Amino acid sequence: MTSTSADAASSLRPSAGSLAFNEISMVFPDGTEAIDRVSFSVERGEFVTVVGPSGCGKSTLLKIASGLLEATAGTVEVDRERLGYVFQDATLLAWRTVQRNVELLAELHGFDAAERGRLATEAIQTVGLAGFENHYPRALSGGMKMRASLARTLTLKPPVFLFDEPFGAVDEITREHLNEETQRLFVAEGFAGLFITHSISEAVYMSSRVLVMSARPGRIVAEFEVPFDYPRPRDLRFEPEFARLSGEISHALRGGHS
Amino acid sequence: MTLSPSDTDPAATSEMPSEPAPTPATPIGTTSNRRRQIGSVVLPPFLLGLGILGLWYAISYLVLAERRRFLLRPPHQVIEKGFLDTSTFSEILSGLVSSARVALIGLAIAIVLGMTIAVIMSQTKLAERAIFPYMVTLQAIPILAIVPLISFWFGTGQTSRVVVCVIIALFPIIVNTLFGLQSAERGAHDLFTLHHASRLTRLRKLMFPAALPAIFAGLRISAGLSVIGAVVGDFFFGRGDVGIGQLLRRYANRLQGEELLAAVIMTSALGVCVFWFFGWLQNRAVGKWYDPSSSGT
Repeated sequence: MTSTSADAASSLRPSAGSLAFNEISMVFPDGTEAIDRVSFSVERGEFVTVVGPSGCGKSTLLKIASGLLEATAGTVEVDRERLGYVFQDATLLAWRTVQRNVELLAELHGFDAAERGRLATEAIQTVGLAGFENHYPRALSGGMKMRASLARTLTLKPPVFLFDEPFGAVDEITREHLNEETQRLFVAEGFAGLFITHSISEAVYMSSRVLVMSARPGRIVAEFEVPFDYPRPRDLRFEPEFARLSGEISHALRGGHS
Repeated sequence: MTLSPSDTDPAATSEMPSEPAPTPATPIGTTSNRRRQIGSVVLPPFLLGLGILGLWYAISYLVLAERRRFLLRPPHQVIEKGFLDTSTFSEILSGLVSSARVALIGLAIAIVLGMTIAVIMSQTKLAERAIFPYMVTLQAIPILAIVPLISFWFGTGQTSRVVVCVIIALFPIIVNTLFGLQSAERGAHDLFTLHHASRLTRLRKLMFPAALPAIFAGLRISAGLSVIGAVVGDFFFGRGDVGIGQLLRRYANRLQGEELLAAVIMTSALGVCVFWFFGWLQNRAVGKWYDPSSSGT
């Protein structure tokens, strides 16, 4: 069964701010085996990244965690009421200004206007978009759109954050900046983070743990602890230890041979 | 926690849209530039217009013999008898107003009906599948083919003219609204699903605003068609107010070439105004945020 905060028996109720997959398998109606018996958990204060080749079912994992998809087998334990989900695209509403876009989730959850405004202003400050409140998305760069998207998710102060390759579409420099900022958010808020990417250096830089997923059907084939302390300096990427770990992960990704 | 300004990514800050573009410092240069620009925009159609006038005169005086000149009176006679003659011109104007009113009523009904049908179609796949073939069929029927049927059912008064307008204006509104309602991104739908948005909330806050650009595009097409419908309807249905269609027929029957041409010109002007007005309305409504070059954000 899948437990959500609404219907879960108290024994199944996860501790606040954690996420657990138990033997999750996913077979799509067309017969495609996307995920095969995946189990792992993300505790509060942990940042876990899943890397894998494209089409291995990484994103499907997030959809299952959030309830957008129902797994064919296995259970997920998570409080879905306050789940943060950052999509691959910024998915801003073109007809709303940055301010009104960031307010959207609070609006959907029925907060009053004053509270919405306060939450949005705070989140916009946090992601460094102050001064752009009244801009429409079409006037923003790709990086700024992702910031707005991040701010929108922040308004609900989610204890569990899911990131679905959020920085795949921005350029390298912007991506590094957004990585740093997301890490800062993680250090400040201490949420449980589950991040999906196919960039090994992004995975190592961000995470406390990296899981390697195999090609379809997706299985967790390797797990790496990342030993560096948070907050991590920008130049960590050029340390030999960082390179060594990246090499090992890359090796695991290629299936341990070649 | 707040990030200092220096942390914002350079790619973003360099693209700050609030920064004004540098403008050349020589006002004289820009004025003459602008004048040249206006000239290059206005001059070609103006010259072509002169050419057409010349051709008109040539046909009136050189091609047509004296006794056949009533077929195409020269422009100054059209202006004299069609526009400057107060009784004729006010007749044309009141005919235009009558037809414009019919077109407007028809359009309003088509908007309400069309958008309702589109919303229903957007909410259930079954309704979409059921209705769509009939909409296409309705669109494929030449309006003239059902004019006799309309007069058979609704008589030859005002109602029939409005019905013609509704039938002719309905299809673009339905198709564009439906297309617009279905244009919201998958990701945005997922976002609304994640946060348990009700069907109505999703419609109001996601699908409908996303549909606005398409709705206005459809409105513009339908408004033009509705004017055509009003003129055609008026042309065939003789009872009730005298609209521009009846005047056109009357002038043609009585061989009043000047009045006929004046009425044609005024009808075209009405069509242009309607098209222009709905373009303006579209720009007012969605111009601030709609970026035609990108469908998503």
